Amino acid sequence: MATATVAATAPLSNGFLLRRGPNEGAKSARGLQWTKNQRQSASSRRFGAAVITAKFDLKPPPYPLNALEPHMSANTLSFHWGKHHRAYVDNLNKQIVGTELEAKSLEDIVIQTYNNGDLLPPFNNAAQIWNHDFFWESMKPGGGGKPSGELLKLIERDFGSFEKLCEELRAAAATQFGSGWAWLAFNPRPSDGKELLVVKSPNAVNPLVLGYIPLLTIDVWEHAYYLDYQNRRPDYISIFMEKLVSWDAVGAKLEVAKAQAA
Amino acid sequence: MAFRALLTRRTLAAASGLGANGGVATSFRGLQTFSLPDLPYDYGALQPAISGEIMQLHHQKHHQAYVTNYNKALEQLHDAMSKGDAPAVVKLQSAIKFNGGGHVNHSIFWKNLAPIQAGGGEPPKGSLGWAIDNDFGSVDALVQKMNAEGAALQGSGWVWLGVDKELKKLVVETTSNQDPLVTKGPSLVPLIGIDVWEHAYYLQYKNVRPDYLKNIWKVINWKYASEVYEKECP
Repeated sequence: MATATVAATAPLSNGFLLRRGPNEGAKSARGLQWTKNQRQSASSRRFGAAVITAKFDLKPPPYPLNALEPHMSANTLSFHWGKHHRAYVDNLNKQIVGTELEAKSLEDIVIQTYNNGDLLPPFNNAAQIWNHDFFWESMKPGGGGKPSGELLKLIERDFGSFEKLCEELRAAAATQFGSGWAWLAFNPRPSDGKELLVVKSPNAVNPLVLGYIPLLTIDVWEHAYYLDYQNRRPDYISIFMEKLVSWDAVGAKLEVAKAQAA
Repeated sequence: MAFRALLTRRTLAAASGLGANGGVATSFRGLQTFSLPDLPYDYGALQPAISGEIMQLHHQKHHQAYVTNYNKALEQLHDAMSKGDAPAVVKLQSAIKFNGGGHVNHSIFWKNLAPIQAGGGEPPKGSLGWAIDNDFGSVDALVQKMNAEGAALQGSGWVWLGVDKELKKLVVETTSNQDPLVTKGPSLVPLIGIDVWEHAYYLQYKNVRPDYLKNIWKVINWKYASEVYEKECP
């Protein structure tokens, strides 16, 4: 499967590698796109002497920490959510105090501190908060199976078959070297008519910074799977696809994405 | 046999840092392949600083995978080169960097560690000790600096003490993923590398990378670092 590198304005260390369906076209460099509905306008309001600013919370996963057993252990969740995700939240809150970022939404901070690939210090924390919130939503107890309806139609249109999509997602997740993420994303302005694409990204980078709308993600930082699977990342990826992925969540996000793009 | 032994010794010398344990064999096509070097100590010998479980996985699974995939990439490179397939040659560079770098870095790492009974943790004496005092103030100050940079590294990578063999100066550097130290400067020679990929510590230290960094110094093999330093700065 041919892999294209998006050159864009990002240096190679922050570059994306796209894995596409059979009719892969050349991807032109994209400017940052931003959809209005994703923006939350938060502003600091003054009440007398007090200034209310947006401080980020650690959002819990939409299920108890043991709900993904035995595929992802409660032990893993307790560290992954309880320590890693929590630390990103605490550290971002500390970093943005007294800065203009304090008044912005999380997504705004992610885009602004991505800074066209020349990452500013808060980027890592902000993007990792966003990515982990999204990751918990990408899974559910009793997950796996197949998508249906509009989502399945688009998958079959853009990848040829559901099996091909799974193959591409697994490959992207398995070949993202070092820390990072693999994604199914929605491209609101595709040059070749294919709206769905598989993307892999290093460290904290995510498809938002390329103007895509994420639909699904799998975390392939080692901390995501090491306690349960040790070095066996391919086994973790298989279990994610077979037992954890929430196609309902993906379908819902696709609806939102299409509405925004319309 | 004698011819083969000569070839092996020469290629061993050329493959810097690998030593007698970093096995290099020559296939019938004249292509050098690599094999996993043996550890000079048992998996459990670095406890409690690094658990036996981690050492075994790290060596037998992670390093072995780098070796296997490096050999595969070299084979593919050999093919692409003999066919004159320039795009394929270029495309293989990242696989070679990842896996070759992984093999180089880990081969150094095993030598950077030693059980306490074999001198692990004993501070450097001689010229390296003086150079550290000169360039950093003290071994403690150097350790603090390396621990701070290692802890701050985002994602996966290494923190290094190196020597610039041209300038004869010690440096502290970090590299991402499996980039060898030389990617930060062509005259940089690694003395000590500390792996801060999560696989290097997670089962034991979980998310608390700073604790791993604090403890690993108890088994750092300063004798090896001194030997390398004295070779570059006689």
